[in-house]
Amino acid sequence: MRLIPDAIRAVLRRDAAADRVVPPSGFTVRLTVFTSAAMAFLTIFVMAFSLASGRLAQDWGEELARASTLRISTPAEQMAGQTAAALRVLEQTPGVARARALSEAEQQALLEPWFGPDLPVDSLPVPQLIEIVETDDGYDSEGLRLRLQAEVPGAVLDEHTRWRRPLVAAASRLRLLGWASILLIAAATGAMVTLAANAALAANAQVIAVLRLVGATDGYIARAFVRRYTLRTFSGAALGAALGLAAILLMPGDSEAGGFLTSLRLQGWHWLLPLTVPPLAALVAFLATQAAARRVLGALA
Amino acid sequence: MIELENVAYSYGGDALLTDMSLQLAPGTFHFLTGPSGAGKTTFLKLCYGALKPTGGQVRLFGRDVTGLSRDAVAYTRRRIGVVHQDCQFLDHLPLSENVALPLTVSGQGSPDQSDNLRELMAWVGLVDKTDALPPELSGGERQRAALARALILSPDVILADEPTGNVDWEMSQRLLRLLVELNRMGKTVMIATHDLMLIRAAKAQVQARVLRIANRSLQLAGADL
Ligand SMILES: Nc1ncnc2c1ncn2[C@@H]1O[C@H](COP(=O)(O)OP(=O)(O)O)[C@@H](O)[C@H]1O
Ligand SMILES: [Mg+2]
Repeated sequence: MRLIPDAIRAVLRRDAAADRVVPPSGFTVRLTVFTSAAMAFLTIFVMAFSLASGRLAQDWGEELARASTLRISTPAEQMAGQTAAALRVLEQTPGVARARALSEAEQQALLEPWFGPDLPVDSLPVPQLIEIVETDDGYDSEGLRLRLQAEVPGAVLDEHTRWRRPLVAAASRLRLLGWASILLIAAATGAMVTLAANAALAANAQVIAVLRLVGATDGYIARAFVRRYTLRTFSGAALGAALGLAAILLMPGDSEAGGFLTSLRLQGWHWLLPLTVPPLAALVAFLATQAAARRVLGALA
Repeated sequence: MIELENVAYSYGGDALLTDMSLQLAPGTFHFLTGPSGAGKTTFLKLCYGALKPTGGQVRLFGRDVTGLSRDAVAYTRRRIGVVHQDCQFLDHLPLSENVALPLTVSGQGSPDQSDNLRELMAWVGLVDKTDALPPELSGGERQRAALARALILSPDVILADEPTGNVDWEMSQRLLRLLVELNRMGKTVMIATHDLMLIRAAKAQVQARVLRIANRSLQLAGADL
């Protein structure tokens, strides 16, 4: 069974002699390592940022869905009629997923913290509460108010967290931007490695010519370069990812007051995501160098 | 092993070589001569697959060069030892590793080859230069190193392009003796040179055929040399 494709195996296999045929090139090595480390560090941050935005959008979204209540205050004999009318209106309103009148027991439970367990709810003129669950798109607030005014005069629409709706949209958008940035960073890493590999291939034109003359195949020559750049990018990315993770670990933990700023820390299995950064960076480098080497070698006699 | 049939070659403009036919029989010794710029190097490149003919057919070990893939050309080069006109090395590696390079790139590099390598270095007289870097070598040493590198895979054919181009007479005689010795061991040898003195000197040691490129075609030179 083949778990690892040959090309990757060739990169992993140490061949001291093959490594030596390409002369060491100190400065570009350090630049490649540095750039991949910086890219990995950025990736970890953007990743944490995107995940945090995602969590925020989800948490707030869930709260938002249960954001509104309809309160009906009317003399006891009209209560049943108005409640039924209000439910009918809500049922017909687009953007309302569900609407449900709270039972007496539920209302009592809500009031208990304020008035104690012995409050006889049924003997008091307590308003009837209707819980509204919205769809993702939400309903048209103004339209609903106007209809209620006409059909259920005793109803008051209470939208305590509706102001967060644009923020949730912004948080989702931020998450999207974050993932797009990660793609850009990956592309930039590929471009950087391509430039470095092209420079190395150009600087080693004589080496390549000699290798070709003594009977080296394109694959052999390409591997000497691909291996080097893949391993450099991997080690740089590992370093950058480790630093990025350390920086995130140093962020203070999740606290109610901090909200978004303190929720940059990863949660649960998300801690595994940064581990994928070095191998993915190495994969990008592998593909970029492979393409660059093939292109240069194909043009030679 | 190397066959040319009505081969023509041009670098884009007018034809440089036309209608050349040759069969390099095993064990023969050939000189290829002609004025500078006549196309000797080009002819040799056609013989080891670095160039593909623009007309006619070149067959290496029975296979038509035109249809060979890049990898197949690489494998063919392992069976033909070439001493290039401007012998180039990997300047960052010591001489011994340069000479062993064909073994390395063909995946045959191993410690058991070290006796073989030492013997070869001794034969070309470079034992004390084993650890030297190529830029530290003289012209004659480079030529002998290039010859050793061409021989490390024990090819049946040796093509040498102006091997005595920039060495003194003494050294060119020494290189010639090495090539003649190889021919006596059964290898096919072809030397491109414009040095008629060298050809005359060789004729005393070996039965050599002299090919001349003139007027863009290949002629067998007579006994006038
Ligand atoms: N790569 C090339 N592109 C175009 N012209 C070339 C190339 N190589 C050689 N030539 C031309 O072909 C002619 C023959 O060159 P060459 O085969 O090197 O001759 P020789 O080895 O006999 O001196 C020369 O005029 C040279 O300028
Ligand atoms: Mg020449």
